[in-house]
Amino acid sequence: MEKQAVQRAREAFLAGRSRPLEFRVQQLKSLQRMITDRQGEIATALKQDINRSQYDTPLFELIGLENEISLAVSKLAQWAAPRPVERNLLTISDQAYIQSEPLGVVLIIGAWNYPWALTLQPLVGAIAAGNAAVVKPSELSEYSASLLKALLPRYLDQELYPVVCGGVSETQELLRQRFDHVFYTGNSTVGKLVMEAAARHLTPVTLELGGKSPCYIDKDVDLRVACRRITWGKFVNCGQTCIAPDYILCEPSIQNRVVEGIRQTLLEFYGPDPKSSPDYGRIINQRHFNRLMTLLEGYTATVGGQSDSSQRYIAPTVVKDVPPQARLMQEEIFGPLLPIVTVSDIDDAIHFINEREKPLALYVFSSNKKVIKRMLAETTSGGVTVNDVIMHYTLNSLPFGGVGQSGTGRYHGKHTFDQFSHHRACLVKSLGMEEVHMVRYPPQNRQKVRRVRLAMRTSLVDFSKGTYIWAVTASIVALGLLVALTVILIITAGVSCTCL
Amino acid sequence: MSVDSSLGQATAHARRHVRRLKFGSGEPEFQCVPFIHFKKSFNDHCISKTMSTPPTHRFKALRRNRLEEPCMKTRLLECMELLKRARAAFQAGRTFDESFRQVQLEALVRMLVEHECDFVDALGRDLHKPRFETVVSELILVKNEALHAINNLKKWMEPQPVERNLTTTLDECLVVCEPLGVVLIVGAWCSPVQLCLVPLVGAIAAGNCVIINPSECSSHTSELLHHLIPSYLDNECYHVTLAGVNDLAEIVDLKFDHVFFTGNREHGGRVAQAAARTLTPVTLVLGGGKNPCYVDQQCDIPTTARRITWARFHNAGQSMVAPDYVLCHAEAKAQLLQALRCCLLQFYGSDPQESRSFGRIVNLENVHRTTDLLRRSGKVAVGGQVNEADKYIAPTILCDVIDSDPIMQQEVFGPVLPILTVNSIDEAISFISRREKPLCVYAYSSNSKVISRLMSETSSGSFCSNDSVLQSLMVVLPFGGVGASGMGSYHGRYSFDTFSHRKSCLLRNSCIECVTYLRYPPYEERNLSLMTWASSLSQKSQGWCQIL
Repeated sequence: MEKQAVQRAREAFLAGRSRPLEFRVQQLKSLQRMITDRQGEIATALKQDINRSQYDTPLFELIGLENEISLAVSKLAQWAAPRPVERNLLTISDQAYIQSEPLGVVLIIGAWNYPWALTLQPLVGAIAAGNAAVVKPSELSEYSASLLKALLPRYLDQELYPVVCGGVSETQELLRQRFDHVFYTGNSTVGKLVMEAAARHLTPVTLELGGKSPCYIDKDVDLRVACRRITWGKFVNCGQTCIAPDYILCEPSIQNRVVEGIRQTLLEFYGPDPKSSPDYGRIINQRHFNRLMTLLEGYTATVGGQSDSSQRYIAPTVVKDVPPQARLMQEEIFGPLLPIVTVSDIDDAIHFINEREKPLALYVFSSNKKVIKRMLAETTSGGVTVNDVIMHYTLNSLPFGGVGQSGTGRYHGKHTFDQFSHHRACLVKSLGMEEVHMVRYPPQNRQKVRRVRLAMRTSLVDFSKGTYIWAVTASIVALGLLVALTVILIITAGVSCTCL
Repeated sequence: MSVDSSLGQATAHARRHVRRLKFGSGEPEFQCVPFIHFKKSFNDHCISKTMSTPPTHRFKALRRNRLEEPCMKTRLLECMELLKRARAAFQAGRTFDESFRQVQLEALVRMLVEHECDFVDALGRDLHKPRFETVVSELILVKNEALHAINNLKKWMEPQPVERNLTTTLDECLVVCEPLGVVLIVGAWCSPVQLCLVPLVGAIAAGNCVIINPSECSSHTSELLHHLIPSYLDNECYHVTLAGVNDLAEIVDLKFDHVFFTGNREHGGRVAQAAARTLTPVTLVLGGGKNPCYVDQQCDIPTTARRITWARFHNAGQSMVAPDYVLCHAEAKAQLLQALRCCLLQFYGSDPQESRSFGRIVNLENVHRTTDLLRRSGKVAVGGQVNEADKYIAPTILCDVIDSDPIMQQEVFGPVLPILTVNSIDEAISFISRREKPLCVYAYSSNSKVISRLMSETSSGSFCSNDSVLQSLMVVLPFGGVGASGMGSYHGRYSFDTFSHRKSCLLRNSCIECVTYLRYPPYEERNLSLMTWASSLSQKSQGWCQIL
């Protein structure tokens, strides 16, 4: 079944149907139509899956997706156009450019926490780049997955973009097939398996994995605003966001004020009983619920801590003074638990971050430029937002992706297009000017070496701006000298005339 | 470190020992061989002698030079030690400075200039590479790459501001290039200097610490690099190790931040799988594919022949980017064959074995493989002589080759050029697309329609029309494979990007909190419609506003 889908997609790709730009634009537009037409159904499916609030659905999933599509539609011609590169003396009469071409059949494996955005955003890029794509939504968000399977063939080409649903065994079967690129969003354990399976076919991968994203709060900051933004980013979608701040790093002196700020904001956001708030989500399944409850064992929650296993509800929870070696600090939390770790100063914080695996995101709250600069320069992470959370994800112009254990490759906007394209170097020469090339053919001697060496000197060969400036200045100076010489000659002639 | 010094001691001991041994057995030609050569022949000696005579544990310690025997573990240990040192240096932030990187790149250029003769000599020993080829295709190439990096480093390192949208107009949006950490560069033997040092330039420019592993087959060049690099580049950040291909998987398992591999498909697959276990990103430039070269009937045959001959037979055909087989239009075949024959005569004279411009095969194994391919496919039109003792195979052209011949099943990687005929361009395109994606596709034609059809309807790492190999020597074009020929690309700016992480940074300010209020719970219908409206406003221009 999986095999046939891949086979059909490959045949459709080889027939060249996905290559013309008009076709890609048309597909993207109908994807957009699908999203606007079916917004209601999508929201209902998400409500059933993770009790996503009606308000969050367009905000987190659909607006971003629509923007991504309209960007791709308007910029596609520009992205797909060949990019000429600088030429040098040896290639001055030729054309040298980089051409983006589709890779072939790609596999997109989505995640359950944002089942639409994380599955369809890569798909937008795959369509834009002219690939065929097999889409595998996560089986954990089953309502969304089956809705996607029902909807996508109605709007897009059925053969080029098949949807395959299923659990672990189906995914394994899929990974045994040969693809030209695999795009995976999820956790690092499965990420390794995906990468290994892909390596068997030498298939390149893009992995969007998680990790513990630190959030550093400097003492020099407007704490009320900081706490509000953090609370929003952490507890939206019940903490099940891969770039949500995972833990807070702050100095002991402000810890209590931070806790107080979060407590107040929670009251503002979700009222005294978050369980009854329509805006607060639930945990995806029982397994994750149990995992989170065991993480919390042995700690007394400073804020929240209540849970209800029948609804898979966990209240927004803050735990303070968490020791660095606690279990809560060893694995990605991916739920509404927010530990606070105290550090003595910014050096300690930087050290703390660098000691651990490279995170997907890093958040810094400070109004001190120096602190921000140091954090940016001395730590590494997939992305950084200063004085806010999550927002770097929403900008199409910024590449989004991890580094080290938090993933490889990047996407969003043009970066998705690039990720799903092969940049082919093209050099189009003519058969003329053979005399120039004679120098490279054997039999060779010392003289030839010298001549080639002279010709290949970078200052001569490089046709960069610098060389142009150099050439222009030289000619201006030369012209100036010539004029000066003429003037002098005329003057002397004049002088000699008057003398006579 | 301790491993290193003990090995050094052992070497010294053993050298004395050997001299005695050698003199005893009456082979006095040993005295005046240069150091590197000495070591090599000493090893050969080791294999034959140490087995029979029981010459102590010192010899065991010494048999480190890739004899593919249990002593391999020392390499792994050594690598671990080097990795630890490199990581410490990286964490200390030594490579973050622009000036540090500039100095290292300049030192690399100086190394190439000052030791040109040594490189020519080492490559001469390994591959009988003519001086011309060494200078032009190895040293100048690396030098250009390094100079290009020196000239542009400042520009590359600057944070790039990107477009903002309505909500972030007051904020700063930047992409900052950061070094990845410690990277491993694995070279191949066909151009041992270039394939190690061009990626090295990118890795240095991007601010990484590097462990280089040159190929074991080109042992003289590897030894030379092992020798020279520590005396020119920083001793903590850049290391050379001489591990064998079979150890690579274990070395990759030590966890690097990026692995850059050049070599054949089989080893590439193993490296990629080992890297997957530690989630290490890889760049693979894989040989083992067959680069097609299409010759149309409308073209200047003598020039075409000259360019193909040059590309195919330089370095005795041992190049990953050389045209592997010619797909010739049936009408042009006789003419092309005649022209190729002329060119060979013109280039290498009547006896190529005597020519100083013609190389040798790297080892006997490859001589056997190539000879076997040559004997079992098609009809020899030119050449065909083999001299095993000299590791020499004459420049050979095969005609009447068909699709199912053994030579069409694997990469030739030797001075043999099979010629196949096709009757139309469509046939050529379908012939090429039926196979795995190659590293390069070449097309010779004076008809621009033919060129553009081949370019758009086939896929490969790079494409060059009316010439060969040149596209891989240009600093400004990315070089790399696609599909079976690899992933990722390098050269110039692309090397820098390969070895950098592009961190996206959004620097917000916290003063316009009143607008941000719209996104917080408790959610209200009014706010939602306001935001939807704002985003629909911006449908035309790129996403003005998403989440306020």
